[in-house]
Amino acid sequence: MKQKYEELLGRSITGISITIICILVFSILYFVGAKGISMFVSGDGSIVDFLTGTQWDPGDGLVGALPMLVTSLMVTLTSALIASPLALILAIYVSEVSESKLAQFIQPLIEVLVGIPSVVYGLLGLEVFVPMVRNAFGGTGFSILTGVMVLTLMILPTVTSLMIDGLKAVPKHYRTASLALGATQLQTINRIVLKAARPALLTAIIFGMTRAFGEALAVQMVIGNVLVMPGSLLSQGSTLTSTLTMGIGNTILGTLPNNALWSLALVLLIMALFFNILIRLVGRGGDN
Amino acid sequence: MSKKKLLIVILVLLAGGLSYLKVQANNEPARQKITIVGSTALQPLAQQVALEFQKEYKGAQVNVQGGGSGTGLSQIQEKTVDIGNSDIFAENKEGIDAKKLTDHKVAVVGLAPVLNKDIGLKNLTSKQLADIFTGKITNWKEIGGPDLKITVINRAQGSGSRQTFEEAVLNGKKAVNAQEQDSNGTVRKIVANTPGAISYLAFGYINDELQAANIDSVAPTAKNVATNKWKIWSYEHMYTNGKLNKVTKAYLDYILSDEVQNGTLRDAGYVSTKQMKVYKDKDGNVHAKKS
Repeated sequence: MKQKYEELLGRSITGISITIICILVFSILYFVGAKGISMFVSGDGSIVDFLTGTQWDPGDGLVGALPMLVTSLMVTLTSALIASPLALILAIYVSEVSESKLAQFIQPLIEVLVGIPSVVYGLLGLEVFVPMVRNAFGGTGFSILTGVMVLTLMILPTVTSLMIDGLKAVPKHYRTASLALGATQLQTINRIVLKAARPALLTAIIFGMTRAFGEALAVQMVIGNVLVMPGSLLSQGSTLTSTLTMGIGNTILGTLPNNALWSLALVLLIMALFFNILIRLVGRGGDN
Repeated sequence: MSKKKLLIVILVLLAGGLSYLKVQANNEPARQKITIVGSTALQPLAQQVALEFQKEYKGAQVNVQGGGSGTGLSQIQEKTVDIGNSDIFAENKEGIDAKKLTDHKVAVVGLAPVLNKDIGLKNLTSKQLADIFTGKITNWKEIGGPDLKITVINRAQGSGSRQTFEEAVLNGKKAVNAQEQDSNGTVRKIVANTPGAISYLAFGYINDELQAANIDSVAPTAKNVATNKWKIWSYEHMYTNGKLNKVTKAYLDYILSDEVQNGTLRDAGYVSTKQMKVYKDKDGNVHAKKS
């Protein structure tokens, strides 16, 4: 009797929770989706202009979002490119090489870094990286490169932490078997551990990219927020997210400038879904 | 968890919830809490006045938030807040039905061009200023400064400060595509630290880390704003929608009182509407005030 009651209770609690989550997710999808396409539906801006135009001034009817798309992708990919090898080396050191107290100390330390709010990284960028870039390359110091530096610092802990978990999840007997067969430690890491952990490592990188792509505040503080097509890493730019946060307070619900920002939000949502699916696919690759 | 414990937890939660609701219901008729949202240029003043107001008016709680003029106007239009702050006339914001809103002009804010100190210039002509912000002049040496690239720092598209500045300076021309920043504080920091930088700030934010420039030899002072000799200024509007509740009315009365207008307001770098010798209509035309 009691068991039955508890089971019923458990089922109804999980049922309610799932329903709430589903309603939440679908209303967000619906809301952002409906708002995001309203600009195209009303004909105020065409989807071709939005995806290929390079002029962004919604107050004047110009809704070219390509510079932001390119800048967002540029900062994301570049920071992932820098952060991933570093993270991998750190993760291998902590999980495979070091047996000292230091390694046990590194992981909690990295996890603390994961929890630092992005505004702190932004402030650090503004106070340290901007003057650094200014002194090294001239100009204002605000640039895509500065944004990349901040993002690299931000995603490095996330990626490293996930990679350590991924490496540690490789069963111990893989390693002992490999060593018993006469492989050196380097060969074991290279041919066995990294191979077995590959899906987890890739997931870690994509996860880092997701965070970089979605980061608004820290980037906005150092990238300069100029709405032009980026010429190089040293030019200033504006990402999808930074344009959104800058503009949303100055627009009125239902007008073109506001709807144009919602379209940016829709792009972000689609990219987030894309990254999510990518993580799924990569993760599944490991099961086979 | 046993059945008994669960029951107790549920009962406690229910009781807590009910008592909370009851408290809410009790508070409803008096409605001592008001929310003010909008313009970041007006926010420091609104906040300072709110602190003083709460001391005078017992039991009132005034919650002041930023978010930008656009947020202020759209929130008050939807009646989700009690007061919406804006640097711009509601009539001039697309998507806002100004007829529904009541305008309370609580202050005047002057904006001045600010330069990085190392440039060394203290005066600009209005033409030079316009040429800098439209991108015609790109090096300080063209107007008698050092051989240094000009870095223009603009405010976010659609922001109140930007609209005020461009209206007074650019004569309808389009600003050069430049770095945009969101807040007065950030702009101050960047101009102070970046060689060759120029931007504009509300008087209250200007300090000795940067050089405020005269325009055509007119200094950016409250006195010059009052006579419109200094042309870059706008009203700070507090918009309300429909009938005012007691606290909102008391707050507006308080901020418009001589005590605040001649004290807090001036100390914070704003100009009192009572000082003004002229008034500006929503289209930007300036008229002499009838005395």
